[in-house]
Amino acid sequence: MIPLSWYLILAAALFSVGLYGVLARKNAIAILMGVELMLNAVNINLVAFWRYQAPEQVVGQVFAIMVFAVSAAEVAVGLALVISLYRRRRTVVAENIDLLKW
Amino acid sequence: MTTESLLWLLPLPPLVSFFVIVLLTNRNKALSHAIAVGAAALSWLLGMVVFVRALQTGMEHLGEEPFRSAVAWLPTGNTAFEIGVSLDPLGTVALFFVAWTVLMIFIYSTGYHNYGQPEGDHDLKGLPPHGATLTDESGHKHTVPSVEPNYSRFFAFISLFAFGMYLLVVSDNLLTLFVGWEIMGLCSYLLIGFWFAKPSARAAAVKAFMTTRIGDVFMLLGLVYLYSLAGSLSYEVIFSPETLEMLADTAAVGGFLGLTAAGLIGILLLVGTVGKSAQFPLHVWLPDAMEGPTPVSAMIHAATMVSAGVYMVIRIFPILSAGGGHGELTPPMMTMAFIGAFTALFAATIAVAQNDIKRVLAYSTISQLGFMIAALGIGAYVAAAFHLMTHAFFKALLFLGSGSVIHGMEHGVLHTGNHDVDPQDMMNMGGLSKKMPITFWTFTIGGMALAGFPFVTAGFWSKDEIFAEAWSVFANEGNPWGLFVLVMLGLAALLTAFYTMRQIMLTFAGEPRTKEAEHAHETPWTMTLPLVVLSFFAVTAGWIGIPNDFLGLNLGKINKFHGVVETLLPSEIEIPALEFSFVPLVVSLVVALGGLLIGWLLYKDFKAGQTDPMKRLLGGFFPVLQNKYYVDELYQATFVRFSEWVSETVAFRWLDRAIIDGFLHTVARVAYNLGSVFRDRFELPVIHNAGDLAGESVKKFGFNFRVLQTGRVQQYMLLVLVNVIAFGALFYYLLEIAGK
Repeated sequence: MIPLSWYLILAAALFSVGLYGVLARKNAIAILMGVELMLNAVNINLVAFWRYQAPEQVVGQVFAIMVFAVSAAEVAVGLALVISLYRRRRTVVAENIDLLKW
Repeated sequence: MTTESLLWLLPLPPLVSFFVIVLLTNRNKALSHAIAVGAAALSWLLGMVVFVRALQTGMEHLGEEPFRSAVAWLPTGNTAFEIGVSLDPLGTVALFFVAWTVLMIFIYSTGYHNYGQPEGDHDLKGLPPHGATLTDESGHKHTVPSVEPNYSRFFAFISLFAFGMYLLVVSDNLLTLFVGWEIMGLCSYLLIGFWFAKPSARAAAVKAFMTTRIGDVFMLLGLVYLYSLAGSLSYEVIFSPETLEMLADTAAVGGFLGLTAAGLIGILLLVGTVGKSAQFPLHVWLPDAMEGPTPVSAMIHAATMVSAGVYMVIRIFPILSAGGGHGELTPPMMTMAFIGAFTALFAATIAVAQNDIKRVLAYSTISQLGFMIAALGIGAYVAAAFHLMTHAFFKALLFLGSGSVIHGMEHGVLHTGNHDVDPQDMMNMGGLSKKMPITFWTFTIGGMALAGFPFVTAGFWSKDEIFAEAWSVFANEGNPWGLFVLVMLGLAALLTAFYTMRQIMLTFAGEPRTKEAEHAHETPWTMTLPLVVLSFFAVTAGWIGIPNDFLGLNLGKINKFHGVVETLLPSEIEIPALEFSFVPLVVSLVVALGGLLIGWLLYKDFKAGQTDPMKRLLGGFFPVLQNKYYVDELYQATFVRFSEWVSETVAFRWLDRAIIDGFLHTVARVAYNLGSVFRDRFELPVIHNAGDLAGESVKKFGFNFRVLQTGRVQQYMLLVLVNVIAFGALFYYLLEIAGK
């Protein structure tokens, strides 16, 4: 088998890419996509640790499936928020949503 | 009700009346005078009940054991200063004449102030009423007397005054006597200045108060000294034989003039009477006091207040005579004999030259009070008390009568409209006997009593008794003072009869000398009834003092009076009954009838426009008499100017403005400057600016720091990332260090 660290490095890289997307993209939906990437990176981590540490228990898989479900729900809510935002402000550029400034 | 309770209650109705009128009924004239006269009547009634009970007890017994009741009032260490009421024979006499004269004067006042008349056309409060114009049906206008604008105020003040006098008469100690004395002094001021918008009345009121005040200061000194030696001011204590002996044996403080303590106290208290009873040299206030309404003159300056002075001196006679034996006069008595006799003659000479009807009576009062003081001076206190009583009646009668005359004349003045005519000037009168008969007869009776017309007037008996005592002191005891007093008082009595007749002739006899006198008419019953009542007493009050052996006849115990007042002195000293002698009787008859005759002869043909026969007789001396020997001018130039200088310069400019105000202004300036220093050096930089600094710095911080809050989520998240990395590194290294 390939070493665990390869998977972890992969997950870290993926996480960083996702983080970069969240911090640097203008479009709110693109930000959400970055968030999805980060969640997937987390999933890779979880599964890797399951397979390499305790493959006989099923709890690792269950944990990964929970994360999927949660991320899906959370994205739905996030998209709903973006739609509502668009309807109000006619824009989805994150920089323009700055009403809570001083 | 016990007599003592009645005595406590006696002074109260007029006091209550005063407060009720001042606080409640001032606007309502009828109610005010009803309350005042009712209160006076109530006090009169109580007084008469007490008088009858006193007579029933019998005068000798009353002298031994007067009615007395006292309460401890002021705690003074272990003991207490007691005040209370008491009635002995002297008090009985005083109560009798005070009650009658006060009631008569109250009733008279309702008429004098024209109750029931319309309000005047242009009457102002504080000025005498000027008359109201009435138009009858035919359109004919005539002026009638108008009602006094300050009617209720008058009754309030005379009620307070009556309270003061009753208090003085019933009190059993010198302190409440002094309180009553001062209350009357105050009311005298208020009433003389009753028409306060007249400058002459204001000046007269101040003069009266100031002059009597001088007397009162010395009297207070005497009271204080007496209290310090005797430990009490109650009559019971200070007139006991032990106290009198102690006072007579102690030398006066500092060996003052070689007097005994009794002598000094006597003289000090005597000065109080010199002020209050207008003796020389403090007599100057009484003639000016005629500025007040006539009932005031009658009450205050004839019947009651000036009598209070003599009453007090009779009361303290034991102290005045302490240390003297029979026939020997103590220094206070000699002082009294001299001042009294001198004043009697001095004032009588001035009265001869006065034209104002009230001024004559004023000087007459001064003179008669001099008679009483002189009588006391030679030891004849019974005669003095007798004359006090009769004088109260006939002098009040004369003053009220003069008020009636003035009213009649004012009616004439209102009728003719000529206000330059002085209704009080006797030269403008004449013939009033036909116009005002009741006034004429009662005034004549009073005048005869004053002159001492023999046998049927009260004044004769009391004056005769004074002469008899003076003669006895000279003839039987060999004291030259008796002769001095007899001669001086005899001359004064001659002048008294003369000026009285002059007054009666000028006012009532002959034909009216002016139009105003022609239109005078009699005054209403409220004024003439008191005149009639008082004239009854002016005739009969003397008869209780007829000596038992008059004219050598044995008249039995007709003289009730002697037994009355002789009980003032302790019973060890015997008063020998006065033997009858023809000398004083002849003197009395000669001076009285002689004076009356001369007056009648000189004035019976006096017509309008003639010069006063006195002017012709006295020539250049007449203006001296008319100007009262220029005593007022002398006092003005010396004492008054000096006092005004002290007030204006020393007290006001130096003490008040420079020293006291200067001190205050300096304190204020110092405080202000100190405050400014504190404010500028400390409060402003330290507290104020520091407070501002705190706030401002927080604001600045916030202002600069708020740029962090951009509202852009991505930047927030970037910040979070940075912080996480930073803290993570920190914890990693910390843990590593900790692990090592």
